[in-house]
Amino acid sequence: MSVSLLWAVDVYGRVYSLSTGGQQWEQCHDAVLEFKRVTAVQQCCWGIACDHHIYLNVHSSDVPIRYQEETYENQRWNPKDNFSDHLLPSDRWHWSDITGLEHQPLDSFLLPSTNWEWEGDWYIDENFGGEPTEKGGWTYALDFPATYTKDKKWNSCVRRRRWIRYRRYKATDTWAKIPSEGHSGPLPDPFNDISCGGWEISEEPRGRLSLWAVSLQGKVWFREGIHHHSPEGEGWEEVSLPGEVVQISCGPGDLVWAVLWEGQLIVREGITRDCPQGSSWVVVDSPNPEAGAIHVAVGDNVVWAVTKDNKVWFRRGINSHNPCGSGWIGMVGEMVMVNVGLNDQVWGISCVDRAVYFRQGVTSSELSGKAWKAVNVPRDGDIRSHSSASISSLHSAGCFFSGEVQAQSPPPIDPDEVALGEPEAKCPPPALVLSPSLSGGLGDPQWSNVDLEETQTHLAVGPAVVRGDSADTCSLSSVATYTLCQGEPYGADEHPLWAWVSGGGCGVNCHSQLNWFNSATALASSVQSMSLSISPAQTAAWRKQIFEQLSERSKREMDHFKHYEQAVEQSVWVKKGAMQWWRDWKPHKWVDVRFALEQFSGPEGNQDGILFLYYNFNEEKKYLHAFINEVTILVPVLNDSKHTFAVYTAERTKQRWPIRLAAATEVEMHDWLALLSVSCCDSRGIQGPPSKQAIWSVTCKGDIFVCEPSPSLEACPYPTPCDQMFWRQVGGHLRLVECNSLGVVWGVGYDHTAWVYTGYGGGFFQGLASSTDNIFTQTDVKCVYIYENQRWNPVTGYTNRGLPTDRYMWSDATGLQECTKANAKPPSPHWTWVADWTIDYGISGGTDREGWQYAADFPRSYHGHKTLKDFVRRRRWARKCKLTTTGPWQEVPPIPLSDVTIVLCGAQSSVEPIPLWAISNKGDVLCRLGVTLLTPAGTSWLHVGTDQPFKSISIGGANQVWAIARDGSAFYRGSVSSESPAGDCWYHIPCPERQKLQQVSVGRTSVYTVDQNGNLWFRQGLTPSYPQGSSWEHICNNVRKVSVGPLDQVWIIADKVQGSHSLSCGTVCHRLGVQPMEPKGQSWDYGIGVRLFNLTSNPDPNPSTCF
Amino acid sequence: MADDKDVLRDVWFGRIPTCFTLYQDEITEREAEPFYLLLPRVSYLTLVTDKVKKHFLKVMKAEDVEEMWFDFEGTPLKWHYPIGLLFDLHASNTALPWSITVHFKNFPERDLLHCPSNSVIEAHFMSSIKEADALKHKSQVINDMQKKDHKQLWMGLQNDKFDQFWAMNRKLMEYPTEEGGFRYIPFRIYLTMSDRPFIQKLFRPISSDGYTHTLGDLLKEVYPMAISSDDESKRYQVVIHGIEPLLETPLQWLSEHLSHPDNFLHISVIPAPSD
Repeated sequence: MSVSLLWAVDVYGRVYSLSTGGQQWEQCHDAVLEFKRVTAVQQCCWGIACDHHIYLNVHSSDVPIRYQEETYENQRWNPKDNFSDHLLPSDRWHWSDITGLEHQPLDSFLLPSTNWEWEGDWYIDENFGGEPTEKGGWTYALDFPATYTKDKKWNSCVRRRRWIRYRRYKATDTWAKIPSEGHSGPLPDPFNDISCGGWEISEEPRGRLSLWAVSLQGKVWFREGIHHHSPEGEGWEEVSLPGEVVQISCGPGDLVWAVLWEGQLIVREGITRDCPQGSSWVVVDSPNPEAGAIHVAVGDNVVWAVTKDNKVWFRRGINSHNPCGSGWIGMVGEMVMVNVGLNDQVWGISCVDRAVYFRQGVTSSELSGKAWKAVNVPRDGDIRSHSSASISSLHSAGCFFSGEVQAQSPPPIDPDEVALGEPEAKCPPPALVLSPSLSGGLGDPQWSNVDLEETQTHLAVGPAVVRGDSADTCSLSSVATYTLCQGEPYGADEHPLWAWVSGGGCGVNCHSQLNWFNSATALASSVQSMSLSISPAQTAAWRKQIFEQLSERSKREMDHFKHYEQAVEQSVWVKKGAMQWWRDWKPHKWVDVRFALEQFSGPEGNQDGILFLYYNFNEEKKYLHAFINEVTILVPVLNDSKHTFAVYTAERTKQRWPIRLAAATEVEMHDWLALLSVSCCDSRGIQGPPSKQAIWSVTCKGDIFVCEPSPSLEACPYPTPCDQMFWRQVGGHLRLVECNSLGVVWGVGYDHTAWVYTGYGGGFFQGLASSTDNIFTQTDVKCVYIYENQRWNPVTGYTNRGLPTDRYMWSDATGLQECTKANAKPPSPHWTWVADWTIDYGISGGTDREGWQYAADFPRSYHGHKTLKDFVRRRRWARKCKLTTTGPWQEVPPIPLSDVTIVLCGAQSSVEPIPLWAISNKGDVLCRLGVTLLTPAGTSWLHVGTDQPFKSISIGGANQVWAIARDGSAFYRGSVSSESPAGDCWYHIPCPERQKLQQVSVGRTSVYTVDQNGNLWFRQGLTPSYPQGSSWEHICNNVRKVSVGPLDQVWIIADKVQGSHSLSCGTVCHRLGVQPMEPKGQSWDYGIGVRLFNLTSNPDPNPSTCF
Repeated sequence: MADDKDVLRDVWFGRIPTCFTLYQDEITEREAEPFYLLLPRVSYLTLVTDKVKKHFLKVMKAEDVEEMWFDFEGTPLKWHYPIGLLFDLHASNTALPWSITVHFKNFPERDLLHCPSNSVIEAHFMSSIKEADALKHKSQVINDMQKKDHKQLWMGLQNDKFDQFWAMNRKLMEYPTEEGGFRYIPFRIYLTMSDRPFIQKLFRPISSDGYTHTLGDLLKEVYPMAISSDDESKRYQVVIHGIEPLLETPLQWLSEHLSHPDNFLHISVIPAPSD
């Protein structure tokens, strides 16, 4: 699981963060200033410092924030100067934007702030729609607002070219000041509170955030234009208010609540994709009429509040339709403040001991949680041992808080103080300062001095704030106090006193294993968790000794006595059961059968077995059988009504018609699958983990299969035919898998999470078919889509009443199946819904503001705006579902990937780096550093700059890196070597005529690509001195994916392969006749894959014979 | 890298080459050839010696045959101990094959239990498993199993079917992750030179303060004599399945991987060979 941070500020204004993987608060040493508030999200943390300015701390990432600036240089032809900068008066500017309307000379581009830097100088983009242009990057047209081509024609009167330059956000992992400027100059008063959220409102633009701020005068401001490429945002916009606000909270979605000075709460309404700042406020009364609210915290679907008497309240009935909820429930515990983080998890600071508390047991079904639990970890400054620290810190807490009670006990004189009610305001600053001295028990001679200075600061600040209300002075003075304390060494066993906590970036849920709650056991458990992750148990001496001695024992007691008779003769063992079988003949239907597996010892002492299937046909008892050693694959086929799986043999693969069986329950199916799988492996003498040369593959359902190549897969002239290869399942769920011939395997899930392979087994494989260690929980998330269809009629406009011939008004993508929000199910019982239905605006073709796509009639191409000819429209709804399984996979955080490639062979030693490249889900090209046989996960990503997003990448022999950009053009990376793992520049390779490329695979020398129309292309003319090659040669069509092995052997996933029963999609095929002199091969050998079950795979062939 | 599962296979498929010779005083019609057999370490003598019996009965008259029993160098061999344990306890430092004498008369009533049929072995085996599960899971796992599951355990052992046995036995080896191990470790420590047949006590795999107990901790607690201090030469060997695990081996791991099919960890403490 990726590591995320909990942020907090102590009463001295020091900012700390606590990592979900760590066990101590790390002080943010970069913070030269003291802070009073922080609000964190996953990618950054915002804060208000003691100077009342807002600061932004963007977490550094392997992929930097970079923004492409572009401008166009325009020229016109005239007979005298040929093409020149002399344009006609009616023409566009010499330098302009793409439309020609804006004047944009190169020197008009300035860095937005000092937090940015230029990556390099301006350069000319020579890529034009996937095609390389002539030198200079010019594109030609007849006149300006026209279609441009890359070729100069006789009538080309104008030309233009594109210049690009990148700027990069450099102020990462540091607090960067955000200028306080509204639309009309600087803001009139400084900030008092801040809250960040809203990333779920829209995915466009990427990384969009809402930032709400409250000024000291009680005004609310909304920061506009914050997104990935503009982390600082653009400016402040004032939000009109029904009263004066003291504090505001913004959830991940559209929930925003604020607290008024008078103690009521206000709820923002009308927050949508198009209007993230919302439209109006609704007032909600305080939970307790006697004591007004002083603090509010909101999450996705929850609202928590604190009243002046420090009582904590939970708001009932909050949902997306009712942001106001229905009523308050009082909770146990007295808090100074609470904060709602990710997954609606709740954090609080107790008013009793000022410790940070975590609300335990918060789940989506029980949002109010169960109990408060103190986060008990040391800070990085604490030096003393735990035992003494904990005792004395308890002591100090007692001292301090007895003092606080006294201070509170006299009735407050200033009514403002109560109205404000910030508990930190109630404790007189001297008490705060004194507490460390009490706890430390050290007579510090500087104390008087401190007190003096403190009061001075107090006085100095007091007049500066016109209103002079105690809240300001107190919060100021507490910060000022810290300025004084900073210089002095504070006692090591000082109990941390927290002022503010923010869990908005902390990715925990109620199941997270956190080592934060008990320092003593935390250490012990960390040792244990260490032993799990790097498993010294695997290498421990005792373990090694047992392995060695057992093998010695076998040698001693058995090797010389093999001719002795065995005491127990192997007999037949039968396991029986009842199942349903999808009948071979028409009409196909499920029939009840008896099912038996007979296991016995084969002639060479290996286990073997036969599967029997007894059925009745015309009142006659019949049976069907399959030899276990002929089974090639067992595939779980999940649908929502039955627990079914398919058994393939070579013969049945040829027919494209497996034995389809259904078990009564899921458990029964898994039992059978596990048993049959072990039995198949036994009969083929396969034990333990897959070999390093294994071929890996995933089905379109995400199941992972592995095939042991026969030693002679490539070497001999008659390789194992594809349909006889045996595939066994490995636990886990992936969208794609990539391996090399050294045992390094990476996968990418449907949710783009990157995974590295660690062992074998998992899933339903338990006990013997699974390794003991290195099996981890794996989750995957994907979306189920349904379509809402509407037809236009002249009277009522678009309605959900179609023509009788129309598709269902709620349907799947084809329109043939009815799919309503209510009846749509997750893909299988393993998946559970994790969110509600939302409109999907990201569908190709674009949508309007409500997500609609328009077309003239139903099975047509859709576009995102309405025209006069459009009579139908549709929109796509998406709902996320989640799968949790186990498998030998460990997450490689934090960057989500869309493609990955590993060099096929090469590393000779276990510490030699193995080149691994990937493409992030945003299209960034990445090169992994530190991947070796010992550390297959590597250490960090190196970002490789590109001018556009990429979608496919492959690395072959001799460090040849080929990649496909999103516009369908191919690129070759130059000068990649072990010294320079990321290479130096991209070479643009022209596409085949009129084709957009989709995917690339590189072998030892061969380069193959597949285009968007399913054509397979081979790159001609590759030589060591000219690795880019010369031209594309067409091999065949109907190819979905290609994979080239280390010996240039070629595998494809083909569609429309003819079987004896049916056409098949997603068939694994192997190219025959590939020879060093004949790299294109001659013909295809068709293997596994069946229409019904849609077994598609990404084969990654890695035969054992490796140079 | 070798996997822990390989240990289970190695343990299960351990074989002891054995030479059975008929006791010299037995009355035979003609001279009895010795009989050579590979005995499964995890099985029971009377369960796997049908072939031996058949072999010797060929040369004997029916009236001279009573219940078959075995001795090694004069020590009667208890059939209700696993074969591997008998070998480790009595013959671990002798030459192979293991030479066992076969008797058909003078059954030593004081030393051995009668074994009229395999159902007696089955009953003994199942009661051991139940006892072990009582220690490990308060009998919860074994009681949740059905009759046919119990049968599968026994049939797996009887027919030497590793997969059949372990498909069921793995359930007996599970434990709640948060507890880190079984309630108590089912173990028995056998001493050659003691009057007591074996030592068995309640012993937890994890101490109350979370410390993982090792084989050494167990011996220290139960039979400290077995551990030689650093300065003296080794007096005892601690043998499980013919190997001497290091004393720092975690007990829970041993129980999961080196237990006999009856779910007990049978530990032999034998005098170290004096060279």
